[in-house]
Amino acid sequence: MSTERERDGESESGRTGTFGDYGGQYVPEALMPAVQELEDAYQRYVLENEDGFMDEFRERLRDFGGRPTPLQRADRLSERYDREVYLKREDLVHGGAHKLNNALGQVLLAKYMGKERIIAETGAGQHGTATAMAAAHLDMPCEIYMGRTDVNRQRPNVYRMRMNGAEVNPVEAGSGTLKEAINETMRDWATTVERTHYVIGSVVGPHPFPKMVRDFQAVIGDEVRKQIQEKAGRLPDSVVACAGGGSNTMGAFHAFVPDEAVDLYAVEAGGSSLEIDEEEGLAPNSATLSTGTDGVLHGAMTKLLQSTDGQIMESHSVSAGLDYAGVGPELSHLVETGRVTPASVDDEDALNGFHRLSRLEGIIPALESSHALGYLEEEHETLGDLVVVNVSGRGDKDLETVLEETETRDLVAAPDVEVFDG
Amino acid sequence: MSREIRAERESRDGERGAATRCDQREHLEKRTENEVNREQRPASREVRADGGEPTAYDSDVEAAIREDQPALITYITAGDPSLKDTKAYVEALDRGGSDLIELGLPFSEPIAEGSTIQAAINRALDAGTTPEGFFELVADLETEAPLLVMTYYNMILQYGDEPDVRPFVERAAEAGLSGIIVPDLPAEEAGPLREACDDNGLDLVFIIAPTTEGERLDQIMSQVSGFAYVQARLGTTGARANVSGATHDSLARLSEYDVPKAVGFGVSKGDHAAEIIEAGADGVIVGSALVDIIAEHSSAGSGTESQNIASSDDPSDAVDALEAKAQELKRGARRGADTVTVDPEERPEPEQP
Repeated sequence: MSTERERDGESESGRTGTFGDYGGQYVPEALMPAVQELEDAYQRYVLENEDGFMDEFRERLRDFGGRPTPLQRADRLSERYDREVYLKREDLVHGGAHKLNNALGQVLLAKYMGKERIIAETGAGQHGTATAMAAAHLDMPCEIYMGRTDVNRQRPNVYRMRMNGAEVNPVEAGSGTLKEAINETMRDWATTVERTHYVIGSVVGPHPFPKMVRDFQAVIGDEVRKQIQEKAGRLPDSVVACAGGGSNTMGAFHAFVPDEAVDLYAVEAGGSSLEIDEEEGLAPNSATLSTGTDGVLHGAMTKLLQSTDGQIMESHSVSAGLDYAGVGPELSHLVETGRVTPASVDDEDALNGFHRLSRLEGIIPALESSHALGYLEEEHETLGDLVVVNVSGRGDKDLETVLEETETRDLVAAPDVEVFDG
Repeated sequence: MSREIRAERESRDGERGAATRCDQREHLEKRTENEVNREQRPASREVRADGGEPTAYDSDVEAAIREDQPALITYITAGDPSLKDTKAYVEALDRGGSDLIELGLPFSEPIAEGSTIQAAINRALDAGTTPEGFFELVADLETEAPLLVMTYYNMILQYGDEPDVRPFVERAAEAGLSGIIVPDLPAEEAGPLREACDDNGLDLVFIIAPTTEGERLDQIMSQVSGFAYVQARLGTTGARANVSGATHDSLARLSEYDVPKAVGFGVSKGDHAAEIIEAGADGVIVGSALVDIIAEHSSAGSGTESQNIASSDDPSDAVDALEAKAQELKRGARRGADTVTVDPEERPEPEQP
């Protein structure tokens, strides 16, 4: 088995915090000491379990977070696709998504580091909700930045954050989605860095965030590895996960990266088209791994949706949680080296995936996870006999969007929403 | 007031002096290392297209700050509200007494900027400002003050066919720029750009934040060329009502380094400039206050709405206002320098009421 450093693509003489050509620390100077302080805390508490940090984290994940989550055999999907399909039920984590794994880890780490205040950005609101819950649980004041568009399309999560005592700050700039929320949170951090910890919500940002968030999320894949061997007696042929920033993706994949026989599929939001409109600066998708080019955004070198001049594109997805013009640097590296296969599913196939799982298995998945389920429908024949799909979160937060989108489309898997009057 | 600040500074310098003597050898070594680093870099003058005479300083950026102290460094965003207007504005800032002029090349995600400059960047992008248009503007400018480009790292990487810093740096040198400032590029990641700048005779200016201390500060100061951009306060750019108290601490921390220091972030008035120079800076950097003047005269409003802006409502008003503002700032800086150079013993006694 390769060493951690080799797997991350770091050479002995290379820069720290990189995965091959990707990663690094591209942040304003004011933030560098905080990033280095975090690097030190990550090394001591997370990697070396100083003061029993990881023991406490695992205990809280179990008792507060509800882990381990089940790996459930999906009987009707297995029948439909004529192969064994298992679902990793991250929708059953407290709060309804895998996001709590990371939020709880980081808020606890901030506490160990003696920070006094938590800030975070959120797209769909799942990360904001998880952070607000973790902050309430650990008694830390918390502020969440969220793009105006996302505030409007994810109202239930806005209420949940506020109920947990967090302040929600709408960000009006640009298209009012995740990218703008991250910019604003970085600005807050640059002003208050000495006492504030920024809980980044995905495997993005400057080192050590991509590795640290991956390590907090790796519990997903570690559990899958153990559970699938108990249930099926062997490792899966493939693991499928949706990818926006890529935290559930890396969480599900990390334990399997050394197992070359396990195929890893990162399913991105194909939106309405994979074509980009260079003149308008618009990508009607969020398929960064499939169509992006190398550049620097939000602290790391990674793949980006950008114009040839280097301006970042406005991205799109029916799922707010995938709507981001960047992606984690480790995923960029794993795609570049051929270990992870990037794929994309458009809005319509994702919506069908949403309705299909709801109808066939009685599980209402997040629109993010619905992309992975859309891919399963389209490409099941290439996925082998034993497939694990990561259901990264539950879809209650997306009901308004789904009803709206379903009304305007002819979806094969959807019920007739016109009779949803009462 | 000024006397109090001065006394405080002297007392702080005294304490520092004692500490410095203890570690004299270490500091001498550090200085030598700085000098060696600088000697290895070609002087910008030698490779400048205008064939100007080499100066006693390492570069024309450093010369501009050292020769006309206290120096005024001004910033505006290129293309706000159009590149044509920018040309007139830059020339006004030059006439108004700027010793160096920073031109922002707009990037869509300016995480180090406050709302004023972010709005300017939006106006410039809405007006269709591109890197090539920017370089053409620079090549067309005739200013006494050397010009620097301030932009984000991705803009530098993407110029050319492959992600690589060299094509940008070569084009910048060819267009007549003297240096580069990159707010999201810490010294740790700056190796490739440092090398490209050295090869092309451009200065690479680093920002020193209030959080930059200890070994990190030594490392950055050994890499600085041109001047050290001292960030007066934590946070983003933006005009403020007062000079930050952190300015004095920052300058005290930097006093042992023989590198010109210019203070920015929050400076908006002549009085601020006076206070900063008096606190020991070699120059002041002013951006948002100038961008505010441009915004007031522009039809773009906040710049958040997408619209094409051909030019400002009345560019000549903005030109006059910018020139006057630069003069006010320069006068303020000079006033600050006069206060510093007058020995307290020789200073006239304040009149009794």
